[in-house]
Amino acid sequence: MLLKHTSKEIKERKALTVNPAKTCQPVGAMYASLGIHGCLPHSHGSQGCCSYHRSALTRHYKEPVMAATSSFTEGASVFGGQANLLQAINNIFTIYDPEVVAVHSTCLSETIGDDLQQIIVKAKEEGKVPEGKTVIFAPTPSFVGSHVTGFANMTTSMAVQLAEKTDKKTDQVNIVPGWVEPSDMREIKRLLKLMKVPFVMFPDTSDVLDAPMTGKHEFYPKGGTRVSELKTTGSSKMTLALGKWGSEPAAEGLKKYHQVPFETLDIPLGIRATDRFLHKLSEVTSCPVPQSITDERGRLVDMITDMQQYLYGKKVALWGDPDQLIPMTEFLLDIGMQPSYIVSGTPGKAFEKRMGDLLGDVVPDAKYKNGERADMFLMHQWIKNGGCDLLIGNTYGKYISRDEDIPFIRMGFPILDRVGHSYFPFVGYTGAMRLVEKILGSLMDYQDKTAPEEKFELVM
Amino acid sequence: MKTSEEVKEDMLEVYPAKVARKRKKSIVLNDPAEVPEIQANVRTIPGIITQRGCCYAGCKGVVLGPTRDIVNLTHGPIGCGFYSWLTRRNQTRPGTEEGNDENFMTYCFSTDMQDSNVVFGGEKKLKQAIQEIYDNFHPKAIGIFSTCPVGLIGDDVHAVAREMKEALGDINIFGFSCEGYKGVSQSAGHHIANNQLFKHVIGNSEPEEKTGKFRINILGEYNIGGDAFVLEELLEKCGIELISTFSGNSTYKGFEISHTVDLNTVMCHRSINYVADMMETKYGIPWIKVNFIGAKSSAKSLRKIAEYFDDAELTARVEKVIAEEMLAVEESLKEVLVKTKGKTAMLFVGGSRAHHYQDLFEELEMKTLAAGYEFGHRDDYEGRRVLPNIKIDADSRNIEELTVEADPEKFSPRKSEEELKSLEEKGLSFRDYEGLMPQMDTKTMVIDDISHYEMERLIEDLKPSVFCAGIKEKYAVQKMGVPLKQLHSYDYGGPYAGFKGAVNFYNDIAMMVGSKIWDLIGAPWEKDKSLPADFVNKESDAKERSA
Repeated sequence: MLLKHTSKEIKERKALTVNPAKTCQPVGAMYASLGIHGCLPHSHGSQGCCSYHRSALTRHYKEPVMAATSSFTEGASVFGGQANLLQAINNIFTIYDPEVVAVHSTCLSETIGDDLQQIIVKAKEEGKVPEGKTVIFAPTPSFVGSHVTGFANMTTSMAVQLAEKTDKKTDQVNIVPGWVEPSDMREIKRLLKLMKVPFVMFPDTSDVLDAPMTGKHEFYPKGGTRVSELKTTGSSKMTLALGKWGSEPAAEGLKKYHQVPFETLDIPLGIRATDRFLHKLSEVTSCPVPQSITDERGRLVDMITDMQQYLYGKKVALWGDPDQLIPMTEFLLDIGMQPSYIVSGTPGKAFEKRMGDLLGDVVPDAKYKNGERADMFLMHQWIKNGGCDLLIGNTYGKYISRDEDIPFIRMGFPILDRVGHSYFPFVGYTGAMRLVEKILGSLMDYQDKTAPEEKFELVM
Repeated sequence: MKTSEEVKEDMLEVYPAKVARKRKKSIVLNDPAEVPEIQANVRTIPGIITQRGCCYAGCKGVVLGPTRDIVNLTHGPIGCGFYSWLTRRNQTRPGTEEGNDENFMTYCFSTDMQDSNVVFGGEKKLKQAIQEIYDNFHPKAIGIFSTCPVGLIGDDVHAVAREMKEALGDINIFGFSCEGYKGVSQSAGHHIANNQLFKHVIGNSEPEEKTGKFRINILGEYNIGGDAFVLEELLEKCGIELISTFSGNSTYKGFEISHTVDLNTVMCHRSINYVADMMETKYGIPWIKVNFIGAKSSAKSLRKIAEYFDDAELTARVEKVIAEEMLAVEESLKEVLVKTKGKTAMLFVGGSRAHHYQDLFEELEMKTLAAGYEFGHRDDYEGRRVLPNIKIDADSRNIEELTVEADPEKFSPRKSEEELKSLEEKGLSFRDYEGLMPQMDTKTMVIDDISHYEMERLIEDLKPSVFCAGIKEKYAVQKMGVPLKQLHSYDYGGPYAGFKGAVNFYNDIAMMVGSKIWDLIGAPWEKDKSLPADFVNKESDAKERSA
């Protein structure tokens, strides 16, 4: 047994987190920054933060993840990191020549109270930021929120700090996709293009973290939202924020500073969330949903009607980020499954409310929790008590999967041991078909593996 | 092909003057006969893209990470504990036949410090977390690892450890002040880990019975990909009893009784030489440097151990094992040399691997063009003879140096002065490591803490057949069309230690340098010169994006 110390008996914990279902803010800020074209993320803290975040993202994408660090030493920690950041900005522009440097803080620089804005102003005054180049920043203290908070903070900064003031609004819609994979961002763009919607999407990691092999390392791959595009976000007619946690803060920022109205929707995972996204998009832009997309939806519903008996009543455990978990729970209910155990380390009261609304009457004994100590250890204990048919979450689920012999689908961050997530989406109707295919594949493989010989089926 | 001088110029050209002045001293053209001085173990310049991690990573991740039955509790915000959760490939096997002993390596324990803890202090939460570990898991020992904010807000992890140890009674609890900002790299964390293990664990108990004539420890072997398993088996075949490994496939008890051996053998000099030195002073155990990476080095290391014990039976048995093991090695070399001979390698990794793995490349008849450490010190490059000349700077001075004395009861010199002297005369050297540079060819490049920029210039200019580094470098280098072998994780292959490991490594490198997939980079129409220039329309994509 790999997790042999996980007992069935649940003892209340007030301080200890075991096997977290979250990580810290800066990695989210780094991921978001990579969705700006020509951007070098910069971690203002100890070297280890930058090293850990680059390693985590690299293992997840199997792609280069370039980022710089302020390399704090004990001296910088005592006297402040200003000198380190000033020197870093100068070195980065001289050596690595990015269009944008996106600086995020860490628990170290936040604890000592470094003021990123003031330091960046000073760097500009001292001529360390070349003409035409940009530095943006986001405070990302690791002791607040989670990796999703860091993603949201940097996404907010890239919009609010770059959007230019205009009097006239354009027909363009801002799309904030939230923390999804490059494949998902590509899929969202495909749908928007099919609908002929004028849009700017940020951040956009497609063509950055799924770059082709060419024999040359493109330090700044061709993807990412352009600074020129980000400048126009203030004059867009509307912002659609996909996900309350990852995307709404950026939309709120654009409303506050540039009077861009916004609407928050779920990430388009599953049938209904995709319906709401396309419907709303069509409503605000007057662009009709083309038949080809409606056909994709039809194929998805068709596939589910064909295979219902394999899905019905199956208990699912889920862990990850609220913006994914909420539409996933809705979709699993739609296809007849029972989301039964759900944890997210990311705090926020709206989670409990949404889950309650979705699960309350349908799966009355469902257990869900978010925030501190809503960890995978607790989820595993719930599973030990109530049984489970399918696990959906990041790679760390493989230990539970093996110990308890439960089929497992990888989704979320990080996925360290499989490929595919960066190339094939889960969002939209086509993405949902991939998800259903994966769910059926793992449940049916399990049935094939465990069925007694006389019950082994050729046709299923 | 550019000369080493030209490559060095290429690397420095882009740097601001101040950076170039500093980096110049860490980029050295080698001379094995008269080893030049290299600048190492100094701060990385802010804004330079570096391979290095932090003190916490070296302490919790590297040294304490591989021990199965100590609960490692990270005191800090969630990230540090999360990123060091199972991400190093330290393998472990149950210490008992029933396999029912503890294994906490699959778990991540954290106090998940929040803003209120930063403002009001985190000691209360830490105590509560220790209590909850005790209530839920009841381990033998808990290590507390400090992250950056802990030192800044002044939480005293050592006081909490003492208090909780006393309160709980049947458990050892010890803290590590390994905040990420200490020192200049992971190396500071190794030192801190060594100190605390030495103070709080080593020598705590005696073995139930003292078996075996030839008792040793291996220090600085972390069982990546099962390396330690290979060595355990190899030593057993030779009749050498391995009491403890620091810290691959190790247990808490193994650490406690490690002071009862008669010889310490040191694999990774950088990360563990402190423990070796301190154990010699306190208990009288001599140490020798060994290297089990490479078949020849493995044979040499086994012979060194036999020489130390100076026992005819052991020597004969060791020779027999070497002869047996070499059969498979020679067989394998016959096959792989066709693919590897004449190819080239570069190694930039760790604090010993960039040296050790050169032995394997030598066996593959591949030349090492350039090498360097991520967190080595001058002695790892130039040899321990330079130790007295190393200037202690502010960053090193902050790391505690323990004052160790001979233990009034447990000190017992394993060999007399005369015996040691006579062994030295026969060629066995104690407390010595000759470093990486004496082994490398004239004018090869030795670079400490290589930057990403320097790495790309080096690859463009000298085009190695294979580049060895870590996960952060892996895909950038491969995008350049050069295969990268990870020497932290072994690309999830291995083991690479010992004779069996050598054969694994030969095969993996032969696969990498012989892979056909690299030839498929670029579509045929991109290479077809007879096609009109606009056949490959790179503009269309850009237009589509902006449309």
